Amino acid sequence: MAFMKKFGLAAAAVIGLVALSTPSLRAAEGAEEPQPTRQNWTFAGVFGTFDKAQLKRGFQVYKEVCSSCHALHIPMRTLAQPGGPGFTEDEVKALAATYTVHDGPNMQGEMFDRPGRPADYFPAPFANPEAAAAALGAAPPDMSLLGKSIKYERGFPKFLWDPLPLPGAVYQEVGPDLIYAILNGYTHDDDPNWNLYFPGHKIAMPKPLTDGQVQYKDGAPATVQQYAKDVSAFLFWASEPNMEYRKLIGRRVLVFLLVFAVLLYFTKKRIWADVAH
Amino acid sequence: MHGHSTFEPKNGFVKWLEARLPILSFSHESFVAYPTPKNLNYWWTFGAILSFMLVAQIITGVVLAMHYTPESTMAFDSVEKIMRDVNWGWMLRYAHSNGASMFFFAVYIHMFRGIYYGSYKAPREVLWILGVIIFLLMMATGFMGYVLPWGQMSFWGATVITNLFSAIPFVGDQITVWLWGGYSVGNPTLNRFFSLHYLLPFVIAAVVGLHVWALHVVGQNNPDGVDIKDVKKDSVPFTPHATMKDSLGIAVFLLLYAWFIFFVPNYLGDADNYIPANPMKTPPHIVPEWYFLPFYAILRSIPNKLAGVVAMFAAIALLAFLPWLDTSKVRSGKYRPLFKIFFWIFAATAIGLGYLGAMPPEGGYVLAARLLSVSYFAFFLVILPVLGLVEKTKPVPATIADAVLAKH
Ligand code: HEM
Repeated sequence: MAFMKKFGLAAAAVIGLVALSTPSLRAAEGAEEPQPTRQNWTFAGVFGTFDKAQLKRGFQVYKEVCSSCHALHIPMRTLAQPGGPGFTEDEVKALAATYTVHDGPNMQGEMFDRPGRPADYFPAPFANPEAAAAALGAAPPDMSLLGKSIKYERGFPKFLWDPLPLPGAVYQEVGPDLIYAILNGYTHDDDPNWNLYFPGHKIAMPKPLTDGQVQYKDGAPATVQQYAKDVSAFLFWASEPNMEYRKLIGRRVLVFLLVFAVLLYFTKKRIWADVAH
Repeated sequence: MHGHSTFEPKNGFVKWLEARLPILSFSHESFVAYPTPKNLNYWWTFGAILSFMLVAQIITGVVLAMHYTPESTMAFDSVEKIMRDVNWGWMLRYAHSNGASMFFFAVYIHMFRGIYYGSYKAPREVLWILGVIIFLLMMATGFMGYVLPWGQMSFWGATVITNLFSAIPFVGDQITVWLWGGYSVGNPTLNRFFSLHYLLPFVIAAVVGLHVWALHVVGQNNPDGVDIKDVKKDSVPFTPHATMKDSLGIAVFLLLYAWFIFFVPNYLGDADNYIPANPMKTPPHIVPEWYFLPFYAILRSIPNKLAGVVAMFAAIALLAFLPWLDTSKVRSGKYRPLFKIFFWIFAATAIGLGYLGAMPPEGGYVLAARLLSVSYFAFFLVILPVLGLVEKTKPVPATIADAVLAKH
């Protein structure tokens, strides 16, 4: 018994030591970035929905700033889809028509340019990633999934309760939190490529946003913080345009299953009532 | 085993069918009259939960395959089309990807249940080994499925795992090229992985058939580890008793599953897999899906590649030898005080290895992974054989009915 207790203690001690020694190890690598602060998003949690006005502003930031380097590989019609920024079909038609889309071949076998249609994808700023890299030094990632494709390490033990249905948990907004943090993380005035939150601190994208750069029509503040917040929300929506519907269905499914499980529980109890077990 | 009731066809068509294919009486014997130990706890509902998950994976998978394109320049976009444009596509895909995790979660519980209660012991060795074969097939299926969306982790996970075969002496490189269908992971690899990912679940279904057949020949084990002696006193008919209990187990399990699908669908996946595969850019940390992590940790804890691969496969293969490595005459861990302690150390070891498998292989993590790997193998090769010889077990009840009486 004594041996066993020692063994158990030793195992616990090993795990504890590793957990303790590891942050210092990571820090010694010199690449330690602070964790982004968790923002208050309307779309977080079981009842989360998107703020339409925010998505509209976020789209404006994307269109006027980000889109000069980053592609957004989603169909333009997505903008008029329910659960999104709430543009009307006509607005999207008008917007699409402002883009020129390369199409073809036509009946004569020639390629041609035509005005965009809602079913078209947003045209990319560069013909291919190589062209983007040649022009900018590095190819900017496509933004259609950026809201879920970037993450920061939550670390032990936070990752354990992030998925749980507890107050303050149910954390799925790692992506927008990191995007927001990076857009606000250019803290070295003498180095536009230094970023507090970007892994390794060196980011190929120089500070993209400045105060007053985008003129909002709804009176929201024209600050970097506001732009960052709006565009992060927009990108999360772009990566999960069905999120509102997903959560709505999810709530119904949970309620159904809960009731069903309770009924099964009592049925089972009844059936087993006369069996000692 | 002899059941509680017998099947007596009344209807003319049923009689006609019975004389030609006695499938109805067979089903009646297997799923209605079949005697179920009355002392089973909820850990025994996981077999039914797994059967449900297998069907769920096959149905969602078949529909996903109607929209998926197994071609390296189109696969990623086809998955995005499913997520954005296919009716209910997001739900199918999240159900299938989280379903794989739920399936493994359930199978690990099912296996630990088997270990704790000694369900692998005679006469259930073949039943257990069929389980180990199912587990191997599930791992192959899960691995190849993860490659299909052709994101960064798909590609690099496939590269790392297939590269393991190059550790085989002399023919390793040829075997790897043969697996890839080229000189690196590429379109031919994706194509064959899709073909096999579609095939293997049906092989699993067939082996599950054998698994359940074997189970019905030897009968179910139970928390007290004593066999049914008197069908009337020790057991209840499968329907309605076990059917109802299993249904409740499945419904509660579905609550967990639905939570993941609808509210935290990306928690268990790697964010990097939302970046299209790029052979020119290696992600900083290549991490397999969580259900492979304990074995991945064992692999990495050994500096020699071949030895690491051997250790990893040995860690799985050893499971098949459990019926003979465990020398105890007493089946259930309930009556084995020392075994109980080592069982929980083993469970903690497996979880610890899982955590370490996700961490970068550096510093204290490596040391810890080595210690836990030793602990993992020691459980099979030292503890179980020795315990059976030295352990003083508690008295085992003579019958299930006695065990139940003692509880009340
Ligand atoms: C697709 C995966 C699997 C399915 C659908 C499945 C299905 C089942 C079912 C329906 C039962 C009877 C109910 C129960 O005891 O829970 C069962 C029992 C059992 N399974 Fe599995 N199983 C699977 C995988 C495995 C694996 C991977 C193992 C072990 C490596 C395993 C080992 C056993 C054992 C030992 C029993 C008998 C338990 C007892 O009677 O105490 N199974 N399985």
